[in-house]
Order: sequence, then C-alpha cells, then structure tokens
Amino acid sequence: MTFRKYLVLAGVTLCAATGDSLLSRGMKEVGSISLRHPSDLLLAITNPWVAIGIVLLLGFFASYMTALSWADLTYVLPATSLGYVLLAIIAKYGLHEEVTPMRWFGILLISGGVGFVTQGPELTHPAPPKKEAISTRVTP
Amino acid sequence: MKFVYEWSAILAIVLASTTGDVLLSRAMKQVGDVGALYRQAGLWKVISRIARTPSFLLGVLAMTVAFYSLLFGLSWGDVSLIAPASASLTFVANAIAAKFFLHERVDRRRWMAALMVAGGVFLLAG
Repeated sequence: MTFRKYLVLAGVTLCAATGDSLLSRGMKEVGSISLRHPSDLLLAITNPWVAIGIVLLLGFFASYMTALSWADLTYVLPATSLGYVLLAIIAKYGLHEEVTPMRWFGILLISGGVGFVTQGPELTHPAPPKKEAISTRVTP
Repeated sequence: MKFVYEWSAILAIVLASTTGDVLLSRAMKQVGDVGALYRQAGLWKVISRIARTPSFLLGVLAMTVAFYSLLFGLSWGDVSLIAPASASLTFVANAIAAKFFLHERVDRRRWMAALMVAGGVFLLAG
C-alpha cells in the first residue's frame, strides 16, 4: 500500500462522514419537505450546508470508485468504515448528542475490524482488464 | 404486518445495495487503476471509460433501488431497526457476494473484519 492509496481511503472516510453531517445540518435548517411540493428539494440545494454536503458526497463517490479500481470490495468496505466512528465523534462533540457506552463498544468493534483488514493485502483477485485498457497502458 | 413490511424493506435494501457494490467493484476492476489511467490518458478518458462500462451503469441503478428501498422502509418502519439492520447485514452480504461473484479470497481475517464492523455498525446505529 502506498501513501497515495491511504490518502484515497482517508478521502472515502472523511468525505462520507462530513458530507452526511453537513447534509443533516442543512436539511434541519431547510425543514421538512412535502411530497406535494417537490420543487422545494431544488431550493434545498441553495442552502450552503446542503451544497457543500453534496460536493463532499460527490468526492466520496469518486474516491470510493478509485479505491475499488485497485482494492477488493471486502477490503475497501471495512477499511473505510471508520466513517461511522467519525460520525459518532462529530455527533458527540459537534452536535452535542449523547454517545452511550453501547455505542462506544460499537466504535471499539469497528476500529478492531478496520485494524484486522488493513493488516492484510488489499487485492487478492485482480480481474483481467479490458483489451482497450491494455492498449492504453502500452501506448505512450 | 408491520414486521413483514420492515423486514421486506431490509431485505430489499441489503440485496440492492450488495448488488450495486459488487457491480461497481467489477466495473472498476475492468477499468483498471484509475490513478495510472489518469496519468497516462487524462481525466476525460477515465470518465468516458467508466461511463461506458455496463457494470457501472447497472451498479448505479442498483444503488438507486437501494436508496428508494431505504426511503420506503423508513416510511413503513422504525429507523432504529431499518438503518442498523440493513447497514450491518450489507457488510456480511458483501463478504459472501464478493467471495462467489468477484472471486475474492475472503480469508478468516476478512470474515472477522466484516463481522466486527457489522456488529459495531449495528450497535452504533441502533
């Protein structure tokens, strides 16, 4: 694993957790949206928290796809689940929500799982690339 | 009856989400290392190659189905059951699907990681 790959995994984790948090904060400011007025959903995007949240979630998707291009699914999913831990910490210190002992135990389990999976190789079965992919690699 | 609706929604979310993850993973393995491709051919080539991969489009479709299943599930049942149950079961279902459909070597270490994260997510979200 190179430093660049660790950065991509950190991008998946950070973008997902902060994107969800910002969307949550923004949608609380916007208020409930009725199915009778779906155009309100478009107005919600003008809320700065929602807008930044959407940009971060796009960043999450891009870094998630990048990680899947060089690592197994069973590596990427547990390795990036630290986002749940980050969300709990944001909830406690940023949103002042209560984090019960049961939730701290959940955080411990997730951290243990991440530690387990990141000790091993990130790729166990690379799929053969498309013919076009091979031709691009040999073309300078 | 509520029990049946809730668990039907959870099943739909887990199936659609797992299908989406497996298809996206397959698509990106076909595309190859995005970083290397970007350095060789540029961003437009990366985007066009991903967008022309059928597995990617099907994966996004499956993810959309998972999202709407979650919305329906949340309207039928309690968020304290739907969210943690679907999130944690998806981790386990992904490990099984990756073994059989992506032929990943899911060894004891990865099973332990998937089960620990699934348990942790259930406790956190519950």
